Amino acid sequence: MHHISVTVDGTRYEADVEPRTLLVHWLREGLGKVGTVVGCDTSNCGACTVLLDGSSVKSCSVLAVQADGSEITTIQGLSAGDDWHPVQAAFKECHGLQCGYCTPGMVMSAVDLLAENPNPTEDEIRDGLHGNLCRCTGYHNIVKSVQYAADLMGGTK
Amino acid sequence: MIPGKFDYVRPSTVDEAVAALVAGGDDAKVLGGGQSLMPVLRLRMGEPSVIVDTTRIDEMKGITDAGDAVVIGAGVTHDDVAKNALVREHLALLAMTTEHVADRQIRHRGTMGGAMAHADPAGDQPPVALAMGASFTIAGPSGRRTVSAADFFVDYFTTAVGPDEVLVNVTFPKHTGWGAHYEKFNRTAQAWAIVGVAATVRMDGGSIAEARIGLTNMGPGPVRASGVEAALVGASTLEAIAAAAEHAAEGTSPNSDIHAEAEYREHLARVLTRRAVAQAAGL
Ligand SMILES: Cc1cc2nc3c(=O)[nH]c(=O)nc-3n(C[C@H](O)[C@H](O)[C@H](O)COP(=O)(O)OP(=O)(O)OC[C@H]3O[C@@H](n4cnc5c(N)ncnc54)[C@H](O)[C@@H]3O)c2cc1C
Ligand code: FES
Ligand code: FES
Repeated sequence: MHHISVTVDGTRYEADVEPRTLLVHWLREGLGKVGTVVGCDTSNCGACTVLLDGSSVKSCSVLAVQADGSEITTIQGLSAGDDWHPVQAAFKECHGLQCGYCTPGMVMSAVDLLAENPNPTEDEIRDGLHGNLCRCTGYHNIVKSVQYAADLMGGTK
Repeated sequence: MIPGKFDYVRPSTVDEAVAALVAGGDDAKVLGGGQSLMPVLRLRMGEPSVIVDTTRIDEMKGITDAGDAVVIGAGVTHDDVAKNALVREHLALLAMTTEHVADRQIRHRGTMGGAMAHADPAGDQPPVALAMGASFTIAGPSGRRTVSAADFFVDYFTTAVGPDEVLVNVTFPKHTGWGAHYEKFNRTAQAWAIVGVAATVRMDGGSIAEARIGLTNMGPGPVRASGVEAALVGASTLEAIAAAAEHAAEGTSPNSDIHAEAEYREHLARVLTRRAVAQAAGL
């Protein structure tokens, strides 16, 4: 067992983990942060995306021990109470989801993209969400959601 | 899936990492960004007994100016390589290819050292290292050695790095002012290249004075298109570039797989070489 100390969604947690525990499994089973989901075994789908020290990562491809000392934001840490994050609000407004399985990862990737590029073109959005797969929407409304969120965050809507 | 059991050590120096590998024996494995190793562990295609995590070794995390070369630590992430000012100024081709690796999340974790040591024939950066004449610093129980790119890449997923060794950094000779372009042919939903062509050229007046061309997925390891490089010297028209690009598949040995037949890969190599060189040369 290895002792880790990690801040998740603003709260500091201390835990003993087996080295082979994936970050996503620790988040879900250790902390009950089940908003972050697992969609594949190959690091392809991006459903498990969280921010690690401010950058998007696939939490299925990081060991929990590797997160020791870092700060993590999951989909459950985005909103302040009932005030949704603009990206969450935009996905609702633009119908950016159907079954919703890819959504936590899509939202986190969009947050990461907009932090770097607040005004992305359609191509930049599609390229920026390359690491996130959706089997339902055909991506069209997801792209619209990110454009809408960019507008919301720029304050024009 | 959950990986099999292993012990985990997180050294803070290269020497400690080598010592941990020696102590761990044959089944010890270096962990870089984990973006190739973690899927292997999760699918239990590999079950190492000890994982030596090199992500917190300061010496492996910097990018430094060494006069006529840029030294990139093995632990520098793809995202940091692609955005680094020294890399963008002196190694434009490396910056471009690195921007095309995988996706944002993977570029935030995956590293220079991991990409080189993993040596996937479909990797975007190894051909750049080969074509630009990079050299590799490898640390092992008997000290450090430097290996040229030509000797570093040995076979499919096989390099000169031994089981008890750590790749410390990669030194790229500066190609300041050279035009560069990367042509990557891949399926939309997958980042991996079916074929990739990385080209960088030094222009003199309106014609090509020198060219360096690296090919992705055209053999068991990265391939340098020497025939094209030689034929490009003096080229100043699109016709001359097209003629030189006809040599692109010479000496290559691409695979046939579900994505493409070998013959189609050879065709792609010629077409993508023509496009990449024309862009790099600004013609
Ligand atoms: C979905 C997906 C898509 C991808 N698409 C692309 C793509 O389009 N193009 C591309 O080029 N790559 C792609 N990759 C691979 C990615 O770029 C990896 O980051 C890279 O191949 C390995 O780097 P890493 O640091 O993650 O290495 P790790 O996964 O940590 O390690 C890989 C191997 O290298 C060894 N190793 C790592 N660091 C060292 C070191 N310093 N010394 C000695 N050995 C070391 C490890 O022991 C292991 O065998 C993709 C990966 C995934 C999961
Ligand atoms: S679960 Fe699919 S990328 Fe992490
Ligand atoms: S909404 Fe179902 S996978 Fe994206």
